[in-house]
Amino acid sequence: MARTLIRVPATATRGEVIEIRTLIQHPMETGYRPDAAGRLLVRDIITRFTCHFDNRLVFEAMLHSAIAANPYLTFTLRAEASGVLAFAWDGDHDFRHVETRALTVT
Amino acid sequence: MSPWRRQGWLPLLALLLGAAGPRSGFETMTPELQAMQRDDAGNPGMLSVLEGEALFAREGCAACHAAAALRGVAARYPAHDAARGGPIDLAGRIAECREQRAGRPPLPRESQPMLALQSFVAHQSRGLPITPDPRLAEARAEGERLFRERRGQLNLSCAQCHETLAGGRLAGANIPEGHPNGYPLYRLEWQALGSLQRRLRGCFTGVRAEPLAPGSPAALALEAYLFGRAAGLPIETPAVRP
Amino acid sequence: MSSPTSPRSGTEPGRRALFGGLLTLALAPPAGATPEAMAEAIALFTGGATPELSAAITLDIPSLVENGNTVPVTIAVDSPMTEAAHVRAIALFNQRNPQPQVIEARLGPWSGAARISTRARLADSQRLTAVAALSDGRFLLAEAEVVVTLAACLEG
Ligand code: HEC
Ligand code: HEC
Repeated sequence: MARTLIRVPATATRGEVIEIRTLIQHPMETGYRPDAAGRLLVRDIITRFTCHFDNRLVFEAMLHSAIAANPYLTFTLRAEASGVLAFAWDGDHDFRHVETRALTVT
Repeated sequence: MSPWRRQGWLPLLALLLGAAGPRSGFETMTPELQAMQRDDAGNPGMLSVLEGEALFAREGCAACHAAAALRGVAARYPAHDAARGGPIDLAGRIAECREQRAGRPPLPRESQPMLALQSFVAHQSRGLPITPDPRLAEARAEGERLFRERRGQLNLSCAQCHETLAGGRLAGANIPEGHPNGYPLYRLEWQALGSLQRRLRGCFTGVRAEPLAPGSPAALALEAYLFGRAAGLPIETPAVRP
Repeated sequence: MSSPTSPRSGTEPGRRALFGGLLTLALAPPAGATPEAMAEAIALFTGGATPELSAAITLDIPSLVENGNTVPVTIAVDSPMTEAAHVRAIALFNQRNPQPQVIEARLGPWSGAARISTRARLADSQRLTAVAALSDGRFLLAEAEVVVTLAACLEG
């Protein structure tokens, strides 16, 4: 199970632009790197990250081999109402990791 | 000269050089890497600390140890071990406790779970100054001998790079003083968290010398000396290094 | 070991002399993307439109990095982020990795601001290009040069 670090402000005032920061454990094996015997290691990367707010897609990123191991990603969101943020990382070899965080808007 | 006599001269030397004691590898990193290390939400080493925290609970460590009570432990290792009549390092102590008290099957020293446990334990001491165990004078003297000994096909000693050339550059890379205060740490070159032993292997093979076997008396002596010369530096686990 | 997305492709003489044959395997030049491949990837992103060099988009990346494996980068666009005028997408491209794409992110007025950060892998010193897609159909571009120095004492 991949470990993640997700930072979402505990509370936000209505209309405030918040920054969401995510970090996930993943080797991001590029597919261009040979092993000790000279054979290319099979690509194993996260290819897509999404953030839904109450089931509505609010951020999406397509990642490539040029994203560093343990992908770090930050983005912004205008806080309009309290709700649930759902984060999903999808990748090669059926990799999928999902996390949720509550956002409280006052 | 004993390492303690030598250290007695250090303050004077530092005064003459206008420096203040040992300098962490942190100091010579770019501001971007310093920021990455400082920021717990962005430091990739924190993923291992989290993993260690989960293992600490799952493997039963938490039944006997409160995490808060581990504060300060990493700052005084390697420590004298009465049963061994010599030094034991933090990795060795954790392995011992894990096998003997928590009844877990042994794991390789540098396996991911062992690194994670060590990161979690050492992280509890972040910010605390290294306080070398006074009972390890003999091991430190042997470690210093190893530190000053020329080795490998390049015939270089650790001291040549980490004392004489420290602060300079080796074809673009900063040469740090070579302190052990950030381990286990996330090294960009590894794209992973790794141990002090792994870092030392790199320095040994870099001069084309045979690395010391992890956990061997020679390796423990060198480690004891490295912590001795880093006295006072804060523990940074998990540090970030290029 | 010619790992093109690892930064071990330097040829600095000092280090080579010092660490001798240890690095020779790592010195084969990467079969990287080219400025042409990057231009093609950008054209694909813009649907053929030519992006305008603009001060409204900033590509914040250190000009000198100690290791290309993890290079922090922030891209921001000065935009009101309203329904009428916002940034739809932000993408980052490079010239010297095996593939020109680094990341493409989609956003909208609900984002409140147009700002993303990530960490890139750079095989070598090179120029990076960030492109933003605006809601009015225009594309803005920013560029940055990055010099990658290498970690010494590589593991054998
Ligand atoms: C059955 C109780 C027990 C369990 C389970 C246990 N320990 Fe311990 N641990 C001890 C005792 C007793 C000591 C020695 C007394 C001391 O030094 O605090 C010790 C010492 C240590 C020390 C050195 C502390 C110091 O101050 O030098 C560390 C580090 C440590 N344990 C880590 C762990 C870890 C990690 C685990 C789980 C894998 C674990 N222990 C499981 C009882 C336990
Ligand atoms: C040829 C010069 C050279 C020699 C000899 C050398 N090192 Fe290093 N060492 C370096 C460089 C350069 C780094 C910085 C890491 C990098 O960029 O690869 C380093 C890093 C380190 C670090 C990590 C410091 C940190 O902040 O994490 C330690 C510890 C270390 N060396 C110890 C040693 C020991 C012990 C020896 C002797 C066995 C030794 N080194 C021999 C050049 C050298």
